[in-house]
Amino acid sequence: MTTEAADSTEAAGTIAPAADPGFLQRHGGTIEYVLIPSAALAGALVVFGIFVAMFGKNPLDLYFYMYYGAFGTWFSWQNTLTRAAPLILTALCTALPAQLGMVIIGGEGALLIGALSATSAALVLQGMPPLVVQIAMVIAGVVGGGLWIMLAGALRQYRGVNETISSLLLVYIGLAILNHLVEGVMRDPASLNKPSTREIGAANMIGSIPGTDVHWGLVFGLIAAIAAYILIYHTVFGFAARVAGGNIRAAKIVGLGVSKLILTVCFLAGGAAGLAGMVEVAAVQGRTNANLAAGYGFTGILVAFLARQNPLAIIPVAILLGGISASGGLLQRRLGLPDASVLVLQGIIFVFVLASDALYGRIGFLKGKS
Amino acid sequence: MADGSIGLWTVPLAVLGGAIRVSTPFLFVSLGECITERSGRINLGLEGTLVMGAMSAYGISYLTGSPWLGVLAAGITGALLGALHAGICSLPRVNDVAVGIALMLFGTGLAFYLGKPLIEPTAPRLSAIDFGWWSDIPQLRAALRVNVLFLIGVALAPILYWAFRTTRWGLLIRTAGESSDAARAMGHSVLLIRLRATMVGGFLAGIGGSFLSLFYPGSWNEGLSSGQGITAVALVIFARWDPLLCLWASLAFGGAAALGPALQSVGVTSGYHLFNAAPYILTLAIMIITCSPKRTLTGAPAELSITR
Repeated sequence: MTTEAADSTEAAGTIAPAADPGFLQRHGGTIEYVLIPSAALAGALVVFGIFVAMFGKNPLDLYFYMYYGAFGTWFSWQNTLTRAAPLILTALCTALPAQLGMVIIGGEGALLIGALSATSAALVLQGMPPLVVQIAMVIAGVVGGGLWIMLAGALRQYRGVNETISSLLLVYIGLAILNHLVEGVMRDPASLNKPSTREIGAANMIGSIPGTDVHWGLVFGLIAAIAAYILIYHTVFGFAARVAGGNIRAAKIVGLGVSKLILTVCFLAGGAAGLAGMVEVAAVQGRTNANLAAGYGFTGILVAFLARQNPLAIIPVAILLGGISASGGLLQRRLGLPDASVLVLQGIIFVFVLASDALYGRIGFLKGKS
Repeated sequence: MADGSIGLWTVPLAVLGGAIRVSTPFLFVSLGECITERSGRINLGLEGTLVMGAMSAYGISYLTGSPWLGVLAAGITGALLGALHAGICSLPRVNDVAVGIALMLFGTGLAFYLGKPLIEPTAPRLSAIDFGWWSDIPQLRAALRVNVLFLIGVALAPILYWAFRTTRWGLLIRTAGESSDAARAMGHSVLLIRLRATMVGGFLAGIGGSFLSLFYPGSWNEGLSSGQGITAVALVIFARWDPLLCLWASLAFGGAAALGPALQSVGVTSGYHLFNAAPYILTLAIMIITCSPKRTLTGAPAELSITR
């Protein structure tokens, strides 16, 4: 720290003489967190443009339609925000355990189990006042998804099972349970082509934010992200979690209950993804079927990494990636690109973002050296 | 019994056939991952490699008319993806687990993108060797129709076991995996060793993918692989980084994966999806039994991030 301070006084004169001399020194880290992911994103877009150009499409058309399909009109904004809502929640499923140094990639499984639990709650409580049903659905979704990821956390803590692999295996197991129940005991006999559960009922749907077609799930997501931010950066619990994530041995020495931290954080993480499942049922699908496995859980991993596991940064990143997936339909219709092009772009972005990790602390002018 | 005189024997026969047929992708991916992990790095992206391998094998087989060129193309595609993984991981402060997740998404997306025109056409497949000619039970003959790739995989396991123990390359890979400092002190580039180990691992995983599209199930579609790649990565941990144990574990997993379809064929349809999830449940159960929070796993390469 002392050398950095010395650097800043030396560098102040050469780099930013007119402005606040210590500005880069104090905010260099924040600037890095914005600049490097943005550069990675731009690099990924360029590579994707080249990729598309190899198939004879004009990259400029591509960028235009991506922008237009994501943010060009009020209609596309609503589409983007609707897709961003579950992404915020599934990204939290990766970002919260990341504070403890855990890599959880099973958000998709927690989403499915959350959706299944929320639907079950709604079907059991048929005839009750809608508000009661909706609250029960939220609780069921959060608890279902939470317990699902808590299982991965418990296996890591008590059995030493790697949480990355176990959470991913739980995705496939969760999907099998969903299919089993949806085609078995929970099947609505009227759903012939696409096995589904019975509908939760129009009265129990959570509806749209007034004046828009964007459902209330977006508000759920925003509240969850802000709450997660406060929890991690402004509470003792969050501080303890970050200490344990930084150095597990130190955390044990100062007497932190690491097991409790891991289980609680994993429960909250899974609860967020489970809430995403509840939102997809109660605001979009109206019932549970295999449509719910739409990949929100996997895109959420990318959102969390692009946001550098920061819950507040997840909000704009989720909107950005929601926009990319919202523009997929337009790319398909206007440019004839396959629907998988969104997946390819997401993959390229992910690769660039991870490779850009090597750049932190190495950008000359941000270190105050010339 | 309507389907023949052997009745319920259909189930164990189908499981045997499955152990031979379904296990091949598990076998190749796990042997490839075994090499990569022994060098001290984990490549979770082999799920994407498997799908890319399946797609490129099918495409090349369709274009050239030679399924074996398809197998080769799948291997080369896998090696390139491996090189990409190793290249990004050799940058400072880049997490190999996260890169694997990224390549899993990237490989799957790219395969779906490039493979769109391949869903309709039929490509020449790999042929099988009929080891069941002596029997007149059709189910047994079906179970013993064995693909050459399976035999290559079976032969590869003891060869790798031997190579890890005695050859110069085997020792170098193990040194890089146990102590990168020691390898560096001997004057070897750890990054280069890991690059090669990841490329060979990707090559084998790509071939595993070619088996999916060119033999069993034997067509290209987007639902071809559902987690076989990641199951195989977990299988390496279960097999304690031992190529011979990888072989037995792959056979067991192939049998487990064939259980669902086999039961369905005799009329047990109720738990179909749960039986399909058998390999994942089995993997998780085995990891729960064999892992321990108190110690690192026996046989685990010391440099491996995932076991530390």
